[in-house]
Amino acid sequence: MSKVKVPRKSTRIDMTAMSDVTVLLLTFFMLTSTFVRKEPVQVTTPGSVSEIKIPESNILSILIDKTGKVFMSLDKQTDMVNTLDSVGNQYGITFTAQEQKKFKLLPTFGVPIKDMKAFLALKSSQQDKILANYGIPTDSIDNQFKVWVQKAKANNPDLRIAIKADQKTPYKVIKNVMNSLQDLRENRYNLITSLKNEPAQ
Amino acid sequence: MAEIQTNEGGGKKKGGSKQKKFSVHIDFTPMVDMNMLLITFFMLCTSLSKPQTMEINMPSNDKKITDQDRDKVKASQAITLILAGGDSIFYYTGQPDYKNYNSLKLSSYRADGIRSFLLRRNIDAVQKIKVLKQKKLELKISLKQFTDEVSKIKSGKNTPVVIIKAEDRASYKNLIDALDEMQICNIGKYVIDKITPGDLFLVKNFESKGTYAGKFVTN
Repeated sequence: MSKVKVPRKSTRIDMTAMSDVTVLLLTFFMLTSTFVRKEPVQVTTPGSVSEIKIPESNILSILIDKTGKVFMSLDKQTDMVNTLDSVGNQYGITFTAQEQKKFKLLPTFGVPIKDMKAFLALKSSQQDKILANYGIPTDSIDNQFKVWVQKAKANNPDLRIAIKADQKTPYKVIKNVMNSLQDLRENRYNLITSLKNEPAQ
Repeated sequence: MAEIQTNEGGGKKKGGSKQKKFSVHIDFTPMVDMNMLLITFFMLCTSLSKPQTMEINMPSNDKKITDQDRDKVKASQAITLILAGGDSIFYYTGQPDYKNYNSLKLSSYRADGIRSFLLRRNIDAVQKIKVLKQKKLELKISLKQFTDEVSKIKSGKNTPVVIIKAEDRASYKNLIDALDEMQICNIGKYVIDKITPGDLFLVKNFESKGTYAGKFVTN
């Protein structure tokens, strides 16, 4: 039998179309997504049927983990510095320009004010590690959380308060935070939830 | 596609010189590799959806507002929810009856629990809003009209007023679930209040089926 000659075909694949698709996808992701903020503790928010989206700027977010540690973050760096200054004033601590610079780059803060100087002196990799062990004191004797909120609000009256708490947080902690806010006459705030699909009746 | 054809000296045919055809192929594979890498990075480091939020207004605890200034809730319209530990929820209507432990009812967060009770109590408003929703779907009314009407129905006179009280043992999820039920059941008037010793007594009394109250009578 004679061998059938198979003509050699070039295996070159034109990647232009593929490239088009990937660039398109890339553009989509870049435009629609927002970066995840680094949070010191893992928080699973409870689901709700509410469909209101959170506003983008001027947010004072309060992060509460399931053991009751409270952390805060502000989205504007100028607010961060001003708030740090006024809270420092309240407790008689002045921060150097370098410390301010370090503070404004923090994604989340939550250190008792007396430890703040030592905390800011650390490298950022170390800061991430130990931040989860701290938390802003909220007890009634030394309610630094209240001072932080008060000063932040004084520096930027447009701030909206958003509470992001873990679903297993005991109500005792939430009550404490809500009472502190109530004392400051902050009666309007947002509770961050994740979407749960349930037919509204 | 990804090639550039250079046709040098197209018009010089008469010159007799042989022309060379260049065909420049560009390999896009590394470009695709890089794009894929970037896409992977973006998919891992960003969140697509913005988180949802619930807006709540808490009552001001300003000492200047006396009880007379506040709207007193009619006992017939009041429903008090007590969120206890272990994902259980109790409710009573109107004034608490401390003598009868059965005045407190045990319910659940499931659809057949507290939701069906609240829906029954708020049946008028729920049905009206259902009609409105249908109208909105058929584009008979605008969104603004719809929201106006809904808020009017929700603040209507005969709608129930729900007071949510949570024990320290309850979790944050319980609170959100209770607030969620308010939205699902179209209840416009609700408030988160501090739990009173009386409410704690009611729960304890219910759990011990009345023997807890018995102690106080004998002493």
